[in-house]
Amino acid sequence: MCDTCGCNITHGNENLIRPGGKLAKTESGKEAVTVLHSLLHENDHTAQHNRDHFDQHNVLTINLMSSPGAGKTALLEATIQQLDPNLRIAVIEGDLETENDAERIRKHGVKAIQIATGSACHLDAHMIHQALHNLDLSEFDIVFIENVGNLVCPASFDLGQHKNVTLLSVPEGDDKPAKYPVMFRTADLVMISKSDLLPILDDFKPENAKRYLRDIASTAPVIELSSKDKAGMPLWLDWISQQIIIRKNYLEEHPVSAGHAHDHHGHHHHEHHHEHHNTSNMDTPD
Amino acid sequence: MHELSICQSLMNQVERIALERNAQCVTSIIIGMGPLSGVEAELLKNAYPIISAGTIAEHAELIIEYLPILVKCDQCGSETAALPNKLVCKQCGDWRTTLVSGDELLLMSVELEKQKEMTTHALHKEALH
Repeated sequence: MCDTCGCNITHGNENLIRPGGKLAKTESGKEAVTVLHSLLHENDHTAQHNRDHFDQHNVLTINLMSSPGAGKTALLEATIQQLDPNLRIAVIEGDLETENDAERIRKHGVKAIQIATGSACHLDAHMIHQALHNLDLSEFDIVFIENVGNLVCPASFDLGQHKNVTLLSVPEGDDKPAKYPVMFRTADLVMISKSDLLPILDDFKPENAKRYLRDIASTAPVIELSSKDKAGMPLWLDWISQQIIIRKNYLEEHPVSAGHAHDHHGHHHHEHHHEHHNTSNMDTPD
Repeated sequence: MHELSICQSLMNQVERIALERNAQCVTSIIIGMGPLSGVEAELLKNAYPIISAGTIAEHAELIIEYLPILVKCDQCGSETAALPNKLVCKQCGDWRTTLVSGDELLLMSVELEKQKEMTTHALHKEALH
């Protein structure tokens, strides 16, 4: 959704703002201000700012989401081992507590920044913005963001990523897309992880998972993958390579404006005042 | 419980609008929300008193307008109502649809009581004195 061109007015809400609609009435002595901003306006603004930074450095950013224990970190470890060594990787890890996941990644010689969210159940764009202060993006080609393990909250927060990958591990059951439609609708790729368990947990039918995804009108490709026996890895690595090419072509056609080109590396304080006020007066009868 | 942080974001926007317009207080806030927004209306309502305590919007009424899920079929072009986990076309049954409405999470409007602004009624009363 965008907050500037009026496309927030949908078939679902236009009746509310038409003259005579609920939002058009106001008592005398009061003023009704029509806003039509996303409640996540601040987050979305920072997310776009993050995306501009990634784009300036030609960095592809992939946000990994899943339940806790679906194998996000294991997938990253397998990816680091098998991805083209010319592609330089950095990882931003989100967990409520501990540096455990970042340490697992660092063992592979890859830069990892751990964000401990405390009690927050998701990463938001501001946390990523902070993490970028400790990451020199000119040194990397791909940034993976490993979101907090949770199939609910992370779906609502744009971080500035280019693509979302949602993992659905075999022990979780094949009906997760029907149970968590908001999360699975955001996925650009769905990965059925721990696929080595399919012969044992044979009530998980990949075709059912795909059917539930189609029911939520998802066009996301589905990959079955095992980080353990590496089955499915070539499909995943191909998908990443395709995304790099797609992003590169896109940026050639839509170059990033230099307006945001400040160096994010190192410690500095900056405030951004990009106000995008879109408020307007509604009918004030008196 | 990401509703707390979303409620905080709501409050930041409301406070900014109230400040800009020199309002005395905020009397009501209208939110438009679809079932696919990923936000639970009841949790947002519960979060509101916690987040609004001590602010200019402390006594504002939080009104939630529930917006329906509508999909437009990419194949037959029909626009039909749908369920959160069944976004297929009700007309022809095809799964290739585009969401028209239902994922909104919008601050739709804010009603303010203005400061130092004489209403017609108040002006009339003053003239009588």
